[in-house]
Amino acid sequence: MQKFTQHRGLVAPLDRANVDTDLIIPKQFLKSIKRTGFGPNLFDELRYLDEGYPGQDASKRPLNPDFVLNQSRYQGASVLLARRNFGCGSSREHAPWALEDFGFRAVIAPSFADIFYNNAFKNGILLITLDEATVDRLFQETEANEGYRLAIDLEAQTVTTPSGEIIRFEIDGFRKHCLLNGLDDIGLTLQEEGAIREFEQRHRQAQPWLFR
Amino acid sequence: MAGQTLYDKLWSQHLVKERDDGSALIYIDRQLLHEVTSPQAFEGLRLAGRKPWRLDANLATPDHNVPTTVKERAAGNAGIVDPVSLIQVQTLDDNCESFGIEEFRINDARQGIVHVVSPEQGATLPGMTVVCGDSHTATHGAFAALAHGIGTSEVEHVLATQCLIAQKMKNMRVRVEGKLGLGVTAKDIVLAIIGRIGTAGGTGYAIEFAGSAIRDLSMEGRMTICNMAIEAGARVGLVGVDDTTIDYLRERPYAPSAEQWDAAVNAWRNLVSDDDAVFDKEVVLDAAEIAPQVTWGTSPEMVASVEDLVPDPASLNDDTAKRGVARALEYMGLSPNQKITDIRLDKVFIGSCTNSRIEDLREAAKVAKGKKVADSIKLAMVVPGSGLVKRQAEAEGLDKVFIEAGFEWREPGCSMCLAMNADKLGAGEHCASTSNRNFEGRQGYGGRTHLVSPAMAAAAAIAGHFVDVRQFTQQPQEA
Repeated sequence: MQKFTQHRGLVAPLDRANVDTDLIIPKQFLKSIKRTGFGPNLFDELRYLDEGYPGQDASKRPLNPDFVLNQSRYQGASVLLARRNFGCGSSREHAPWALEDFGFRAVIAPSFADIFYNNAFKNGILLITLDEATVDRLFQETEANEGYRLAIDLEAQTVTTPSGEIIRFEIDGFRKHCLLNGLDDIGLTLQEEGAIREFEQRHRQAQPWLFR
Repeated sequence: MAGQTLYDKLWSQHLVKERDDGSALIYIDRQLLHEVTSPQAFEGLRLAGRKPWRLDANLATPDHNVPTTVKERAAGNAGIVDPVSLIQVQTLDDNCESFGIEEFRINDARQGIVHVVSPEQGATLPGMTVVCGDSHTATHGAFAALAHGIGTSEVEHVLATQCLIAQKMKNMRVRVEGKLGLGVTAKDIVLAIIGRIGTAGGTGYAIEFAGSAIRDLSMEGRMTICNMAIEAGARVGLVGVDDTTIDYLRERPYAPSAEQWDAAVNAWRNLVSDDDAVFDKEVVLDAAEIAPQVTWGTSPEMVASVEDLVPDPASLNDDTAKRGVARALEYMGLSPNQKITDIRLDKVFIGSCTNSRIEDLREAAKVAKGKKVADSIKLAMVVPGSGLVKRQAEAEGLDKVFIEAGFEWREPGCSMCLAMNADKLGAGEHCASTSNRNFEGRQGYGGRTHLVSPAMAAAAAIAGHFVDVRQFTQQPQEA
């Protein structure tokens, strides 16, 4: 997993609540057996005017000029500003894979859906939860100022605006540690092999019908 | 000290290790696998030179990509027309074969939607932790199992370690008390709950569904409710164990053997919340007040009673909500204050992990019996949740009822719930669907989904538009 320590990036505002994972990456692209290559189909139904299908050359498709990521001022954005309950719906990890492949390193929103929250952190994407009023203000500032960038420091748990305002965010210790160090979860868990085996043995004795 | 909730009990019974940072390792008893969210996990295992920790904890079946027409299915995998879908199904077969994981393949009678198959086999048991790379894993909570959807990285993690890194959720209880009206079903209860608490109302919580109306439900009905906990934002839905749970499991193939049965039942009886358990949040609904529900928008919380009107965004105060409703109505091609019963339909889909079990098909058949699908309906289809549900329905003659009424009777799979196979909506088409998500494009590019119960879907197929099934079922039936 790629590390996340500090990042300064252009902000793109996606002004819509309850953005679901079907909207982030539609079902037809879930047929891939790979983890990469989903970026061109991120927000496919919002981004293009036609229906997309796997294996297509996305550069030849008609773009929706009204969609925020197609506007020239947001080209190269790496921080997505979003509304409440971002990532609701399915468990598809293709959603964070698509965000990451597109170039997003962080998403800021008032709230995230639980499964998406887990999945994003497994892929080196930092999700920052800020209160509605702060997110509202960031929307206004982003839209008012072309080239609006935010500086994110995970160690310090801060977001710094161009005017120098410092906004603090909360994150749990385990996720922060893994993200700062780019740690492989499975390797970490396997360090507990003894504890797992011991638990398993007790569990089998108590409920043998759970084992065949 | 206050008593424990059912969720607290399940959590502590699976706790391998708690870390100082608030995360924990919990042991996983059952992992269900399907073709969409597992290939990258198996590939990860291979790249790292790892093996599955415990083979017997896993059970696999292809469901999302499989075609559902008799003709295509007769050819097995070779009948999958889309080459990309074919690769995905074959990859599941190959991975299960090479790692030694039990799989019900495409034409095994036990194949079906993973959340229908596992309970039907008794592979979901009370007191288990159950995971699957699919958010509707919440379904299995109907058996007092701690069950939730996970991402592909977590699928790989569970394969490799038999554990999941998790954080304890908060406890919510939703009590539904009283008797449901005639023609009102589990689907209407859960849609009404989502309408009440919203699509993020359960975020961060495990929801236990309780109360007399939940106790009165069959296991099928309870599964329908837990299935959609995720549509209220909760990864976990739960119902405590009672006789209904135990009776359902008796003699299922993967259920405890005769020698272990009494000990298992004894342990299961404790899988209820203690009387003095404290919940962080509680919501109460009166079952008698719940009418048949229909979603009008692009989020499951955008739901109304069948006798209501489509809402008017102008009547809302919150700006984000106002824009959300306006955008949804535009996408859905509906007008503010339009009657729900005036929504005309193009297609009807009865199926999905929410509503494709035998009881669902019986309810739909009861409405369809002796009637005809309206001429204006382009396609009305019934897709059983598994090969065994299909077999049971055919033994009861339900297939004939549907076929005579003009429905197509299909082979088991996820079908039009998410259109990863050939079954989908065309742009602009309205569908009465017994599935779980009405997101934009979910059932096909530009498709317009209305979530309803099986009985409501069947009635809509016959009328060509939504009707209140309570009046519909009271009409004299033809012989």
